[in-house]
Amino acid sequence: MTIAQNKASSETASQPQPPNLPKRKIALGFGIAFVVIFCLAPALWQVLTSFKVNDAIATVPNVYLPNPDQLTFDHYINLFNRRPFLLYILNSLFVAATATLIALATGAPAAYALARLRIPGEKVLVAIVLIVTLFPYVLLFLGLFEVVKALNLGNNYLALIIPYAGKNLPLTILVLRTFFQQLPKELEDSAKIDGYNTVQMLVRIVLPMTVPALVTTGILAFIFAWNEFIFALTFVTKESMKTIPVATAQIGGSSIFEIPYGPIAAATVAGTIPLVLVVLFFQRRIVQGLTAGAVKG
Amino acid sequence: MKLNSIRQREQLTGWLLSLPALIIFILVFAYPIGRAFWLSLFTENLGTQLEPIFTGLENYARMFGDGRFWNSLGNTAIFTFFSLLLELLFGIIIALVLDQQFRARGIVRTIGILPWALPTAVMGLAWEWIFNDQYGVVNDILRGLGIIDSGITWLGDPTRAMFALILADVWKTTPFIAVILLAGLQAIPQDLYEARSIDGATPIQNFFTITLPLIAPQMIIALLFRFAQAFGIFELVTVMTGGGPAGSTETVSLYIYDTVMRYLDFGYGAALIVITFLILIIAVAIAGFILSKTDVNVTGEQ
Repeated sequence: MTIAQNKASSETASQPQPPNLPKRKIALGFGIAFVVIFCLAPALWQVLTSFKVNDAIATVPNVYLPNPDQLTFDHYINLFNRRPFLLYILNSLFVAATATLIALATGAPAAYALARLRIPGEKVLVAIVLIVTLFPYVLLFLGLFEVVKALNLGNNYLALIIPYAGKNLPLTILVLRTFFQQLPKELEDSAKIDGYNTVQMLVRIVLPMTVPALVTTGILAFIFAWNEFIFALTFVTKESMKTIPVATAQIGGSSIFEIPYGPIAAATVAGTIPLVLVVLFFQRRIVQGLTAGAVKG
Repeated sequence: MKLNSIRQREQLTGWLLSLPALIIFILVFAYPIGRAFWLSLFTENLGTQLEPIFTGLENYARMFGDGRFWNSLGNTAIFTFFSLLLELLFGIIIALVLDQQFRARGIVRTIGILPWALPTAVMGLAWEWIFNDQYGVVNDILRGLGIIDSGITWLGDPTRAMFALILADVWKTTPFIAVILLAGLQAIPQDLYEARSIDGATPIQNFFTITLPLIAPQMIIALLFRFAQAFGIFELVTVMTGGGPAGSTETVSLYIYDTVMRYLDFGYGAALIVITFLILIIAVAIAGFILSKTDVNVTGEQ
């Protein structure tokens, strides 16, 4: 809240209009407060719950400002001691990172081909890529389930990594294609004159320049892969191989009579911290990637 | 002659560069969708001992008389409509705020996209707790305001459960719409506003005559993306209500998942997937048609 008030009192707007200024400031202050409360309150309530002792969690009226003796780390300690929660985090990291790398490694060359080399039917391909971006996971899981069964890939991370890479390919291709189109063509021409063939030119000249765009799309791919639920639920049933979303969701289902709110809250916080860090460090790139993918893409 | 062979070589390289992506595309998208179309013509369930028996369009005929399907379709439509409506409204407000100049705008933008980045399944649990009947914070606030005397049921009541789902979804995905609209806002030249201000237009008039029409393309794109996601909503519902109470929040995707994974009715599940797919394609076609009437560049063609 203090942040919001600071902002309200700070100078506003690019084009100052003296008579409107106070009204504008007040409106902006309310706006900022709205954004901050709307986005943070639900998450902060979960953080608070995760640090409260059970008696302070299950009580009416709710405890908003707990006393020191109502606070505890027990839920976190139990989370990592009684369950392989660290393992779930590592599983998610592994699957998401691998899927991201595969999406980039296969998407970047395809994006370059679509941007620069005149492939027949290019427009149709781009349109297909655009439409495919919209498919929800539920449309794909039946067919993939059969493939996973036929290839005996149940409880094998390939059953997650390939679909995640695939789900991220459209966005990767669209964002990188836009990027390649903006690269100066002279650069590649002079590389060709210097005797590079296409692949050499791609790896030595184009790729190093593409790193920022790769990071942008990579972060989006990582977030999508980390958060995916339906494939992870269906294709991986072995306890020790589960990923964060599924493992966390199933804590709630483990007991019918008493729902363990403290542990659930701790699990939601611990399982989302890696993503919170990603957002903190890469906010700008996420915004760039989303807008490039959806608007320019 | 030489030029021609250079072009051919370029094309070959292009195809080779696209090949790995193409293989993944076929495996992850083309095959599952194609397979769903094919399988939807067969009956393959426990009744046929999971052997596919060709029954033509019987699965589609069955859909007409399937109350649970229509119920789930209705639920999905209600969920999608109200989610999108509220998200668009809040999305515009948030985008307008984030477009202003103020100190620590970076921090507020970071906060603004945070809900979008967090796992839906995990945050569904957070919302389940927020709407808890006994100790939930929503009931506590309503009691504090004197609106209710004692805690009311949220996720156990058909209408209120749907409301809770919509609110959770609005929280989760409004940031996405806001980010897309923000890009639209930033592309509007400032002198448009200045010119209008000289004519004596108020900021609110400016909003309706300049801002809204100019960000309309971004609104359509954001809504299209969100339509597809909301229509396929799965984990939020699974985690928060499981489709209950009594199927009152069951969406099409939950019904598809149950049909396949619980009743092992593969043929019928495939038919349900085909119908959902076709609804999406129609939505894309409509959005594409509207966008073609505006001058925004969706495909990135110059």
